[in-house]
Amino acid sequence: MSPEPAKAADEKPDLSRRDVFAKIGLLLNGIAVTILAVPVVGYLVSPILRGSGGQYKRWVSLGELEEFPEGQTRLAKYINPISNKWDGDTDKIPCWVRRVAGEKFQVFAINCAHLGCPVRWFAQSGLFMCPCHGGVYYADGSRASGPPPRGLFEYQYKVENGQLLIEAGELPTLSTTASLAKGSGGCQG
Amino acid sequence: MSRLKRIGDWFGQRLQIGDTVLETAEHRVPRQSASWWYVFGSAALTIFILQVFTGIMLALIYVPSAAEAWNSLQYLNHDVTLGWFLRAVHGWGSNFMVAVVLIHMCQVFLFGAYKFPRELTWIVGIFLLLMTLGMAFTGQVMRFDQDAYWGLGIGASILGRTPLIGGPAVHLLLGGPIIAGDTLSRFFALHVFVIPGLLIGFVSLHLLMVLKLGINEWPMPGRLVRRATYVQEYHELTRKDGMPFVPDAVWKDMFFASAVIFSVLACAFFFGPYGPSGVPDPTIIQTVPKPDFFFQWLYAMLALLPPEIETPLILIGPVAGIGFLILLPFLSNEGEKSWKRRPVAVVTLLLIAVALGTFTELATFSPWSPVMDGWSGDPVPVQYLNGRSPLERQGSLVFQVKQCRNCHSIGGTGGKRGPDLDRVANNMTHDQLVRQVIQGGGNMPAYGKNLTPAEVTALVSFLETLHPANQPAARDAAKVVVMQQEQNAAPANPR
Repeated sequence: MSPEPAKAADEKPDLSRRDVFAKIGLLLNGIAVTILAVPVVGYLVSPILRGSGGQYKRWVSLGELEEFPEGQTRLAKYINPISNKWDGDTDKIPCWVRRVAGEKFQVFAINCAHLGCPVRWFAQSGLFMCPCHGGVYYADGSRASGPPPRGLFEYQYKVENGQLLIEAGELPTLSTTASLAKGSGGCQG
Repeated sequence: MSRLKRIGDWFGQRLQIGDTVLETAEHRVPRQSASWWYVFGSAALTIFILQVFTGIMLALIYVPSAAEAWNSLQYLNHDVTLGWFLRAVHGWGSNFMVAVVLIHMCQVFLFGAYKFPRELTWIVGIFLLLMTLGMAFTGQVMRFDQDAYWGLGIGASILGRTPLIGGPAVHLLLGGPIIAGDTLSRFFALHVFVIPGLLIGFVSLHLLMVLKLGINEWPMPGRLVRRATYVQEYHELTRKDGMPFVPDAVWKDMFFASAVIFSVLACAFFFGPYGPSGVPDPTIIQTVPKPDFFFQWLYAMLALLPPEIETPLILIGPVAGIGFLILLPFLSNEGEKSWKRRPVAVVTLLLIAVALGTFTELATFSPWSPVMDGWSGDPVPVQYLNGRSPLERQGSLVFQVKQCRNCHSIGGTGGKRGPDLDRVANNMTHDQLVRQVIQGGGNMPAYGKNLTPAEVTALVSFLETLHPANQPAARDAAKVVVMQQEQNAAPANPR
C-alpha cells in the first residue's frame, strides 16, 4: 500500500473512478458466485432430482413363488435396485411377504408406518409388532393399535415366470410412498 | 535482559497482540460474578476443545464408509493402542458437553443474563445449543451400528411427515433413496466439517460479546435493568466493586474445567466406549433401537403422543420452542433479573426439567414397547398353575403362545404396554374378558380372528383365576339374578 498524497478537493474525479472500480469488482465477484452457485446447488439437490417422479423405483425379484407357502407370512430380502459398492450391508432390504392365496400376495415394508422401525411378524397371534413405540398391525397390514397413523406400507407386486416381483427402491415414509400401493390403511375401529 | 525476555519481545514487536491479550485477560468483572455459578460457559468451551482434539484423533483411523465404518470402530476398540480410550473420551465428552451446555443455559436463564444488552449473546447461545445437539445426533450416526441405522430411519420418518416437501426432504437428508453409503458420508461431512466450523465461529462471537458487554452481574432482587441507564450502571459496578478476570476470577473457571475433564476421563476409563452395537444390516430385524441418552425424552414423547396430534406437534413443536427461546430476550428485555423475584421463570424451568427427566426415566424401561420375547422367554409363574383345572392350564398356554405376554405382564415379568394381569379377574367379569379378548379396544388388537372359540374359552378361564386368594373374582350381579330367576322358572334345568 502506498501512502496517499494529501490532496483534497481536486482528487474527487479520481475517487469516484475508484468507487466505480470497486463496484465493478463487487459485481464481478457477484457474477462469479452466482455462476458457482448453480453447480453447487445442483450438486446438493441431486438426491432430490434423481428421485423425482419415482425414478428410484425398479422391479426387483424376491425369488420363486414356491418360497412363499400359501397362507403364510415370511421375511424376504432383496438388494436395493440403486446401490453402491460402499453401501456394505445397508443395501440389503428386508420385507414381509404374505401369500394370501394362489397368486394373490401382500408385500409389506419392514418399516413401521409410525417412525420406520423394523416390525416383526408373530404367526401365532397373527400380528406385526414394532419394538420401538409399540405399533401393532393385523396380518393384512391394517393398523391394530399403538401410535402408527396408518397400516403398513405395501409394495406393488407382480408375478412373472414363477417369480414374485415388487416395485421397490425407496425407504418408505409417510411421503415417500408415492408408488407404493395404498395400504389397507387407517384405523379400522 | 534475559534471553527469554528478548525472545518474548521479538515476537511481541511483530505480533502486536500483547496489549490486546493483556487487556482482555485483565478486564474487570463484578466481584460477585467471580462465582462458582459462573463457571459453566468456560467448562463447555473446554469440553468443546477436548471434543475437537479427540475427534481429530479418531478421524486418523475412522473410515466414513457404510461398508467399513463399523469394522473400523471395532479396529479402534480392539486393535489400535488406546483407541478404545479415545473413543470413550469422545463419547463421554459428548454427554458432558450436552449436559454442561444445558446447565449453562439454565443458569443464564435464572440469572436473567439474556436481558438488555445481552440479547444477541443469548440468541447465539441458542444456536450453540442446537449445534451441540446436532453434533450429538450426527455423532450417534458416526457410530454406524443398528441404533444409528434405525435412528436415521426415525429421523427420515419424522421429516417424511412434513406436508408437500416431505419426500424431497427425506431424499436430501439421506442423500439418496435409502439409508446407505451416501447417508453416512453426508453425516460425516456435517459432523466433522460443517457443524464444528459453525460452532467455532459462533463460539468466537459468543465469547467476543461476553468480553465486550461484560459478564452478567450478580442479580440483586430490586436492582432493575433499565435500557437508558444499564450500561453506565454496569461500568460503575465493575469500577467500584470489580476485579481483574485474570488472576482474581479465572481460578474458579480453571478448577471447574479441570474437574469436568477429570470426570470425562474417569467415565471413559471406568465405563469404556459406547458400542458399536450390532452391524448395520437392515435384514437383522431382531433389534430394539434406542437413541442415546440425550434424545431419550424425545423417544418417550414420540411413543406417548396421541396419534392424531403427533404430526403437527413434532413438526410445529420444535419450531415453536426454538422461536420462543429466540424471542425470550425481547419478551422480557428489562426489569428484574433475580430468580427470587421471577417465580414464573423458576416454575417454568422446573416444570420443563421435571418433564424431560420423567420422559428420560420412562425411556429407560420403555413401557410402551412390547417385550418381543416375553411370550417365549418368561415362564408362567408356578403359583398361577398350582391346583388349576386342565382347561385353565390350557388357557395359560394360549396366553403364552398368542404373545399376550409381550404386552401384559404376570408375576412381574412380561410387557408393560397393556395392564398387568395379576388381578385382572378382580376388575373384569367373564363376559367382559371374552369381549375384550375377541374385540380388543383401548389400544389392544382384536384377537377374534386369531383364536378359536375353544382357545377363547380356555384363555378366559385362565384369566378368571388371576386374582388374590382373599379377593374373589368380579361377578356380574345382574347375571346372577337373571340366572336364579331362570332356575326358579325351570327347576329341571341342570344349570
